[in-house]
Amino acid sequence: MAEQSCLVTNDWICGEYLRSRSQELADATVQHIGITVVSVLIGLAVAFPLALLARRGPRFAGPVLGLTTVLYTVPSLAMFSLLLPLFGLSAALVVTGLVLYSLTILVRNILAGLAAVPQEAKDAARGMGYGPARLLWEVELPLALPAVMAGLRIATVSTVALTTVGSLVGKGGLGNLIEDALPSFFKAQVLAASVLCVLLAVVADLLLLGLQRLLTPWTRISGAAAPSAPAKTDAGPHAPATVKAG
Amino acid sequence: MGVIGEAWTWLTTGANWSGDGGAAHRLGEHLYVSGVALAVACAIALPIALYLGHIGKGGALAVNLSNVGRAVPVFAVLALFMVTSLRNSGYWPTIIALVLFAVPPLLTNAYVGMREVDRAVVEAARGMGMSGGQLFVRVELPLAYPMIMTGLRSAAVQVVATASIAAMVGLGGLGRIITAGFNTYDTAQVFAGAVLVAGLALVVEGVLVGLDRLLSPLRRRRPA
Repeated sequence: MAEQSCLVTNDWICGEYLRSRSQELADATVQHIGITVVSVLIGLAVAFPLALLARRGPRFAGPVLGLTTVLYTVPSLAMFSLLLPLFGLSAALVVTGLVLYSLTILVRNILAGLAAVPQEAKDAARGMGYGPARLLWEVELPLALPAVMAGLRIATVSTVALTTVGSLVGKGGLGNLIEDALPSFFKAQVLAASVLCVLLAVVADLLLLGLQRLLTPWTRISGAAAPSAPAKTDAGPHAPATVKAG
Repeated sequence: MGVIGEAWTWLTTGANWSGDGGAAHRLGEHLYVSGVALAVACAIALPIALYLGHIGKGGALAVNLSNVGRAVPVFAVLALFMVTSLRNSGYWPTIIALVLFAVPPLLTNAYVGMREVDRAVVEAARGMGMSGGQLFVRVELPLAYPMIMTGLRSAAVQVVATASIAAMVGLGGLGRIITAGFNTYDTAQVFAGAVLVAGLALVVEGVLVGLDRLLSPLRRRRPA
């Protein structure tokens, strides 16, 4: 070869790597997005009834919040390993682990959002003859939407990061690329996959923020009051207010 | 399930606990890097957060740092360290990564805790003639204490959890028992390692909840 390729010199940034392995990068990204989206959607579907159950009173809220918090404490490497006997080396294993983590954040935020609905709004709806189901769908949920969306954003961003740990069982999306590159100290691949992973999280966050604005046009009238970082203040003192190790 | 029984057998076999790759040594590594990282993170984050909270500035910084932290995968950070010359420096890649991930929750919670102290109380204390320092030690700090402890707890649990990820890039700690089991297709060992890691995280959480109750300034007042 006339000139040293950046693949040979093992540079951090390597255009040739990006070109020649674009298919591999795209596949990993698609797997990453797929696992994240499925996990968050299932998480939302499970968290919603749990939050409604917890709302019925402290008798239900205690166990629901307690259990989801304990699950959140379990380290991701251990969580995926503990689920191993049940699922084997499959994507279902990774998704299940991620769903269990997202529950903590989602249940708390849905609960906090519903609790923050003004009593006057509920009374007015009841006075207009709304039944419990219609009250929930047409009054309480729309008003709780900013808090729910805030939770969804946190859950999605941390799920994107956590998915990488799924490379333990070969289902980690971009994490697989990072793991593959480690034994040969292949810098360009580690950096590209890491950067893509962070970009994915940022893009997902922005998309959800856009969705939230579309769904709640009324919040924009009073200025940008709530959208950033609402989860901490209304999640209560025992909320795991922060990052999950991925 | 047979796996649980086999894992129990693994855990109760003395030979698995001894030696350089044994569970006892791994537990020691895990606690050492976690402890050092948490101490360093506290030393960096708490003074900054408490000062910013006291003067009431820098809130956006604290909150944004926490959000950025959420988006960065620990695994990726450790992997990046491992393809640089840092890989030959023993515990340092793990400790640095752990500090990076423990600072945001500590910073955010301590700052928010300080800012959420009732302004009326602060004004009243000032009206009674308290100086800035007295206000900080006798009013703001005790009232912000629950939030600071919440941050410390989530940081500590997160540090312990992250320390197990270190095994995925070949570094030490309890996670190594899991990855070693993976490499030899020893499901019992994988399960036993996972139980150890999860158990340790829960124990750390429990100890900190206990410490929190014991040390709470609203329960037992200490002289300033």
